[in-house]
Amino acid sequence: MKMTYREAVRQAMHEALVADPRVFLMGEDVGKYGGSYACSLGFLEEFGPERIRDTPLSELGFVGAGIGAALGGLRPIVEVMTVNFSLLALDQIVNTAATLRHMSGGQFSVPLVVRMATGAGRQLAAQHSHSLENWYAHIPGIKVLAPATVADARGMLAPALADPDPVIIFEHAQLYNLEGEPAEDGHCDIATAALHREGADVSLVTYGGSLPKTLAAAGQLAAEGIAAEVIDLRVLRPLDMATIFHSVRKTHKAVVVDEGWKSGSLAAEVLARLAEECFYELDAPPARVCSAEVPIPYARHLEEAALPQPARIVAAVRRMLGK
Amino acid sequence: MIEFKLPSLGADMDEGKLLEWKIRPGDRVSKGQVVAVVDTSKAAVDVEIWSEGTVFELLVESGETIPVGTPMATLLEAGETPQNARHSPHTAAAPQASVAAAASSTPEPAAGVGRRRISPAARKRAEELGVDIETVDGSGPDGAVTLADVEQAAGASRAAAPQAAIDRQAEMRRAIAAAMSRSKREIPHYYLAEPVPMRRATAWLAQANAGRPIAARLLMAVVQLKAVALALKTFPEMNGFFRDGAFQPAAAAHVGVAISLRQGGLVAPAIHDVGEKSLEQLMTELADLVKRARAGTLRSSELADPTITVTNLGEQGVATVYGVIYPPQVALVGFGRIIDQPWVEDGALGVMPIVTTSLAADHRVSDGHRGARFLAELRELLQQPEKL
Amino acid sequence: MTVPYDKPFAQKLLFDMLRIRRMEEKCAELYGAQKIRGFLHLYIGEEACVVGVLHALAPEDNIVATYREHGHALARGVPMNAIMAEMFGKRSGCSGGRGGSMHLFDAATRLYGGNAIVGGGLPLAVGLALADRMLGRRAVTACFFGEGAMAEGAFHESMNLAALWRLPVLFCCENNLYAMGTALARSESQTDLCAKAASYAMPTLKADGMDVVAVHEAAKLAAGHVRDGLGPFFLELQTYRYRAHSMFDPDLYRDKAEIEDWKARGPLHTFSARLKAEGKLTEEEFLALDARAEAEVQAAVDFAEAAEWEPVQDLLKDVHTPGAAP
Repeated sequence: MKMTYREAVRQAMHEALVADPRVFLMGEDVGKYGGSYACSLGFLEEFGPERIRDTPLSELGFVGAGIGAALGGLRPIVEVMTVNFSLLALDQIVNTAATLRHMSGGQFSVPLVVRMATGAGRQLAAQHSHSLENWYAHIPGIKVLAPATVADARGMLAPALADPDPVIIFEHAQLYNLEGEPAEDGHCDIATAALHREGADVSLVTYGGSLPKTLAAAGQLAAEGIAAEVIDLRVLRPLDMATIFHSVRKTHKAVVVDEGWKSGSLAAEVLARLAEECFYELDAPPARVCSAEVPIPYARHLEEAALPQPARIVAAVRRMLGK
Repeated sequence: MIEFKLPSLGADMDEGKLLEWKIRPGDRVSKGQVVAVVDTSKAAVDVEIWSEGTVFELLVESGETIPVGTPMATLLEAGETPQNARHSPHTAAAPQASVAAAASSTPEPAAGVGRRRISPAARKRAEELGVDIETVDGSGPDGAVTLADVEQAAGASRAAAPQAAIDRQAEMRRAIAAAMSRSKREIPHYYLAEPVPMRRATAWLAQANAGRPIAARLLMAVVQLKAVALALKTFPEMNGFFRDGAFQPAAAAHVGVAISLRQGGLVAPAIHDVGEKSLEQLMTELADLVKRARAGTLRSSELADPTITVTNLGEQGVATVYGVIYPPQVALVGFGRIIDQPWVEDGALGVMPIVTTSLAADHRVSDGHRGARFLAELRELLQQPEKL
Repeated sequence: MTVPYDKPFAQKLLFDMLRIRRMEEKCAELYGAQKIRGFLHLYIGEEACVVGVLHALAPEDNIVATYREHGHALARGVPMNAIMAEMFGKRSGCSGGRGGSMHLFDAATRLYGGNAIVGGGLPLAVGLALADRMLGRRAVTACFFGEGAMAEGAFHESMNLAALWRLPVLFCCENNLYAMGTALARSESQTDLCAKAASYAMPTLKADGMDVVAVHEAAKLAAGHVRDGLGPFFLELQTYRYRAHSMFDPDLYRDKAEIEDWKARGPLHTFSARLKAEGKLTEEEFLALDARAEAEVQAAVDFAEAAEWEPVQDLLKDVHTPGAAP
């Protein structure tokens, strides 16, 4: 049944709230407002204020409280409005959630799920548009997911909640209106990358909000007789490199599309691992299509120019193939 | 401050492995001094320096493999101290910015200067298929050799047996293959041959050698070398290099002598200024060259700068040799075996010792007409051996 | 004021303080001998705070502490052997040797660290209390922190959340007057900490942190309030650390006379003097208690010394829950 990404997120949370009384949703405007992206519309009425918990503007406080609640036996879903705001809670996520299991010698796990919106494309300028997924993907002790499809938006939450360790889910804000089909049983894994399109000429590796753009570029390339394989990372930590290596061993060429900035990016990580593990399979220097190294500007044309776009992906592939 | 860079010790050399430094910081060096031993794919070569000064810093360590053009050492010029030294801009290697890269609107990664672009996958596949990667044309961006290029090349020459262990012979074979392939790819050869009567030369040589100890006897090869060098004075278009789309005539005749090595392969080091040297001196130098070539201790200048090559396969018994020009040279002169043949002289049929003299020349530089006259000149010179 | 406890309980309070004191004195010595490394923050002088508070708590309650938490772990019932082994970095330490002095954890006694980000434990305590409330458990979460933490955003966010949601948190501020080397008056515009806390609409109480009786009485009252579901409570315990902030600290910022003044009010000798005066302790009994504490410390050191190192092959253990990957 076709639905929007937003509806898929909503259904996934609804299912979790119904299935497990330990699950509750906490965050800014998740209750009365219905969620800043309307993912929890109607939940307050259905589940009540104890389980649909509006918080003050205290990212550090309520993300930390989510960690404590998880330690105390609950299964919190903590919603942070955007990744930019999550920096206010970075201490709790990095210093506490990610470390507790380790520094307690394995005595305490933190079964916490933090959801947040990420990414640009809505002219929200430099404090609401960034893609900092790789900051989190750098940290041992947490799992980082980037659902890029309706199926993943619908399916990733349940295994994330079942995971005994902290899981961060990044929902690209441009995807909420995307339409698609969830998996028949609504489920999916949170361990593997996904092959979205097969092709023998070049591997395009991407995640999150860049997946639709990459698929569009692959379509355009097909019209030019270039068969591009498209891989959606899905899980940003730990990376499923096996799927990428398998593809690159076939195509011998890789372009990584990443809305993060190139410097110190996830794209850099993927390329580094390709260089380490797949060097002799490479038939061309691997390439990256990333955001321009500038805080995301407000003006529409500048914002578009700053972000990876299908045309830039196509150009990178052509350049790589000498066409 | 002078930078001493790894010289190219042959057209086919794009990197070398430093085996040994012969100098240390603080040493005074003079022009022509052997300063290092470098392993090219062909041999361990004594590398000479062409500047004078005091060694300041050695930039490369023994065992390192570096591209041609890499600074290996710095020297202080007379009057310079490390403090007041004029620093030349540090050029890593001979820049060969590709036109494509310069024209591209997006910045390209810095070119692997001095090194052909071969993708790792292409290199690996070529090894698996036994394809000599140096012979494969690149179709990728900036002429990079890609996997497809290798597979296409392999399809074209499936006969090539895969090679297992890479040893010196294989490396030399590879280098020769690269140079010869490049020659055949780039140089439009034309070939001429001329039977040259050798009665006078043989008789003169026998006389000249009479009374000499065996070790001091002259070989016909020396006579031929000298004759070639003298002919070049009249035909400068056979002597020099074709580079960057233009011919650069050489001022002197440094004649490369093709020397086959016992373990296989060949080198063609130069005897310098052949036209200016006596036959005796040439004989001494040739003997020395052959000995050192076979011992693997040639000097860099000998390998780097032959302006023409002479190959003599007479000893191997062939009558005629058509050679492949060694780029960037523009001509190769071949001598076969001296054979007694029926010969009409002054209307009478007799027997004449004949050597077939051949010329392979670069049509971009000279034409058959001039080539023919060159061979005629060579023939005439060999009729007056006493003047050589 | 007479000590309002019978002899066994009074001696129990004294003995708990003595154990902490003797263990930490040994730690300082072992640090010098390079058996203990990293940061080592000693609690010497502040023992009455944790002993007074923890005797007001129950086994189902949660404890969240700071990096100056040796006393909290010991008073809560974590075996001294496990604490000492942890400081040695041994596998049998209470955090498996992964935490060290600053990160003592113990699931059995509900000790949630050992948090070394100042203020970092407060949101955690709020969450633990939230879980207890939502799961219908009548537990108290006691959250210890220093007065330095009150300058952190985490303090304000946590106080607000706890009060807003009426969560069962007992906030215990151990005010030892210095945030590392910075005196309270040099870092806070409002030095009356209870006034600050009161702005979050929660009850507050000050107690003399050098007097175990005062602390215990205040803690009983505060914990009762919290356990009764009346919301969080803020307790300020005015105390002093005799030693420098850590073993790295040259202690240049405090007057020696000030330290001596506070030592004169020390929790151990003042309390034992009162007990002797009231006939609840003899010198022989004190010496026996002290000998017991010393013996326990020596046994813990022997245990830690003999304990095994974790094999390096296990380096990546405990980053994720084993077998959890879906």
